[in-house]
Amino acid sequence: MSNEMPVIEMPNLALAMPEIFMLSMTCIVLIVDLFMSDKRRVVTYLLAQLSLLGAILITYNQLGADSVKGFSGSFVRDSMGDILKIFIYVITSVVFLYARPYLQARNMFKGEYYALGLFGVLGMMIMVSAHSFLTIYLGLELLSLSLYAMVALNRDSEVSTEAAMKYFVLGAIASGMLLYGMSMIYGITGSLIIPEISAYISANGADNIILSFGLVFIVVGLAFKFGAVPFHMWVPDIYHGAQTPVTLYIGAAPKIAAFAMTLRLLVDGLESLHVDWQQMLMMLSVLSLAVGNIIAIAQTNIKRMLAYSTISHVGFLLLGFIAAGPDGYSASMFYVLVYALTSTGAFGMIILLSRAGFESDSLDDFKGLNERSKWYAFMMLLIMFSMAGVPPTVGFFAKLWVLEAVLNADMAWLATVAVLFSVVGAFYYIRIVKLMYFDKPVENAQIVADIDLKVVVSANGVLMLLLGIFPGTLMSICQAVI
Amino acid sequence: MLFDLPLLSTLIWLPIIGGCLVLVAGEKWARPLSLAVAVLTFIFSIPLYTQFDVNTAAMQYGELKSWIPAFNIYYQLGVDGISMPLIILTTFTTVLVVLSAWEVIKKKPEQYLAAFLIMEGIMVGVFCALDAILFYVFWEAMLIPMFLIIGIWGGPRRVYATIKFFLYTFLGSVLMLVALIYMSIKADGSFSILGFHSLPLSLEEQLYIFVAFLLAFAVKVPMWPVHTWLPDAHVEAPTGGSVILAAIMLKIGGYGFLRFSMPITPDASSELDWLIILMSLVAVVYIGFVALVQNDMKKLIAYSSIAHMGFATLGFFLVFSIIDNTGSWRDAALGMEGGLVQMISHGFISAAMFLCVGVIYDRMHTRNISDYGGVVNTMPIFAAFMVFFSMANAGLPGTSGFVGEFMVILNSFKANFWIAFLAATTLILGAAYTLWMVKRVLYGEVANDNVAQLTDLNAREFVILGLLAIPVLFFGLYPAPLTEVMHSSVEHLLQHVSVQKY
Repeated sequence: MSNEMPVIEMPNLALAMPEIFMLSMTCIVLIVDLFMSDKRRVVTYLLAQLSLLGAILITYNQLGADSVKGFSGSFVRDSMGDILKIFIYVITSVVFLYARPYLQARNMFKGEYYALGLFGVLGMMIMVSAHSFLTIYLGLELLSLSLYAMVALNRDSEVSTEAAMKYFVLGAIASGMLLYGMSMIYGITGSLIIPEISAYISANGADNIILSFGLVFIVVGLAFKFGAVPFHMWVPDIYHGAQTPVTLYIGAAPKIAAFAMTLRLLVDGLESLHVDWQQMLMMLSVLSLAVGNIIAIAQTNIKRMLAYSTISHVGFLLLGFIAAGPDGYSASMFYVLVYALTSTGAFGMIILLSRAGFESDSLDDFKGLNERSKWYAFMMLLIMFSMAGVPPTVGFFAKLWVLEAVLNADMAWLATVAVLFSVVGAFYYIRIVKLMYFDKPVENAQIVADIDLKVVVSANGVLMLLLGIFPGTLMSICQAVI
Repeated sequence: MLFDLPLLSTLIWLPIIGGCLVLVAGEKWARPLSLAVAVLTFIFSIPLYTQFDVNTAAMQYGELKSWIPAFNIYYQLGVDGISMPLIILTTFTTVLVVLSAWEVIKKKPEQYLAAFLIMEGIMVGVFCALDAILFYVFWEAMLIPMFLIIGIWGGPRRVYATIKFFLYTFLGSVLMLVALIYMSIKADGSFSILGFHSLPLSLEEQLYIFVAFLLAFAVKVPMWPVHTWLPDAHVEAPTGGSVILAAIMLKIGGYGFLRFSMPITPDASSELDWLIILMSLVAVVYIGFVALVQNDMKKLIAYSSIAHMGFATLGFFLVFSIIDNTGSWRDAALGMEGGLVQMISHGFISAAMFLCVGVIYDRMHTRNISDYGGVVNTMPIFAAFMVFFSMANAGLPGTSGFVGEFMVILNSFKANFWIAFLAATTLILGAAYTLWMVKRVLYGEVANDNVAQLTDLNAREFVILGLLAIPVLFFGLYPAPLTEVMHSSVEHLLQHVSVQKY
């Protein structure tokens, strides 16, 4: 009997290179910020942007290789993850850029926003690459904790504190649900690693009541994080209560991470249970489409309106999962990327129009924008039509693909419901266009903004049209990686 | 061809790019620049007619480029005898619209003109798109400029009217989108419209698809009972907006029936032709009576548009009963061509009527019939034009309005006497509401001081109305140039429609 030495495997650190880089940079940002006076705070900002740029380069470099697992199977690096991460970096970078003038003007330009933001990005990256229940949960909590703190950033504001409190309590409940569901599935399958769970279920059959229970809790947890009806109560309050740069942050990139998490959990892990989760998601989706679109009509605050619009978009996004197939998942991925870009643009416009002492978050503040600035009114028009899904903007192609996937899965009634509610949705988006173009301005102040903000907001708006005319490349990418 | 440019793409993109330039050029250069773009586009569209091969029903001037390979969506263009006249109508009308805005639009003229030019390109795109998604993109994109035109430059209730317009049309078209995607799945991912034509579909599928199309096109035409957006939109829209709405946008609905509903779902069309015929007859008779009681000139013309478009749809959907009754291709083709001629002719006449109203509205700022009276005394040249166009609207022989109506009524006798009887009431009703309006507006004593101070047409207005009077008279006396380009395509369509698909 030979004495074999137990081999201690060194984890393949190169796999998690972007995550390690991001963690180190975030710590550096945190420390450097300590030594910066308020005057030189911009160094923190630039450093944060630099971290994102570095992460883009590192992730871009490893793009294209096959899917590789590491860290005892609890971590995976694949091209879908890389693409999602790159979008997360780019969108967060734009978010940071939009946030700077807003925070500066209100004397809130502190390092915390950027440090927390970077921690949130790290959390999202882990969610995207997680391949075990535990890593998913870790990533999610890292993201959520950063978000709770960011919402409370303006601690003297009652609305913000209330929002943060609500977010924390509801978020904690949701995490609890998710964890509970995971523990049930762990109890049955004896593993936390996603492929092992999947293999166990397909080997032993999906007909198990505890599995179904576990699935219910996981779906509830996911629905909470997405803000799908009936677990949407927190969304409008948090969107409204948080400062605009924080809402902007919450509204865009975390949706991409939530998409990845859903894909890993439901599709990679619990695909054998798809008959069950398909029906659950169907209810969530139809309710989200209905509630989101109808209640949005009654809003007078644009941030609340966009919150309800998010809910309805989540309904649309879930349709892709319901179609259950690579085509549907690609459609959802395309949808979430397009949505993140569009929502960033919408909040960017709110920031552009606001200034110290004037939030510009009421619908009436958009009145007569065409008189004040033709160009930005046009940008907002493109963004709104993209949200409504009117061609030739890219929002149309996002909806088109999801509908195609749903029809391919033989659910014509669901597609019909979805398009009918998108007509309802069109009403409140074109109401903004109406305010901008048909009404007289109540605000006559010049739009003052730094050149970087102006350029990026414009690019963001034009992108809606460009991607609408040439959606092919992004569509092919989404198709290729899933 | 004048240059080596792809002709149809030029007709789409020249006005769109020109519109963007007008937007950039600013107020000072907006007018001449947009006129130049509009005229240039019209000139480019002439070879479409002169070099058109009338002996084939195949798509001509075809262009094919891959657009979204992931989805098998192509940038595919082409025209046949049905779409070609409509494209020329579009490019022609846009020139008039630009001219009509010359002095009248004072508020942001560059945005106004740019919106019309961009819309011209989009509308040409609708008529020549041969890929369903490309068609849908143009179809929906059309809403955006029109939404802004009515909303920014319209009358007092413009916001209500434009939102109603947008939502009505949007609601109609989303179901069509579902139908288009459904068919592409059936056709293995292809979105080619010509491919859809030969796609086998069961009767049940056809019925669903037909209803989805019907919603989209009936709203656009508009057919009773989904017509209520039109009077609102027309009344509130600026003159140019009304002209484009009446002359082109309504035709897009009719075009949709011929390009989509009938060839894709022929059996459902034949199954449900009674429904369309019924809706068309209601439009002709009931809406004719509604037009009679209007106090607002624009509303009256709007209702008369609905009635006239009812004739077009009647002509299209009568073909099934005609083929059943007589078995004759020639008769059926005559009815359908009558519908098409009616569409083109209505494009000229309704544009002229709205421009006439625009001329006096610019002077008096009221559209109420009761505010006028005796205009002929102060504006004799204008009155001559208006009487001429009104006669055409009422279907006087010798004008283009007569040709289409006559062809449709003649053929409806072959389908059913009562259909013909009801359709023929338009000759009385149309004459009644149009001429009664003419009587109250133009003739009689000078009604008030405002009318007494009216000045007659200026050169610009004379040119616009003159340019419209020419085709109205020409096609009234000699419609052959119009019918001969349509003939092959219509026959081909009828042959296709008569073959069962399942």
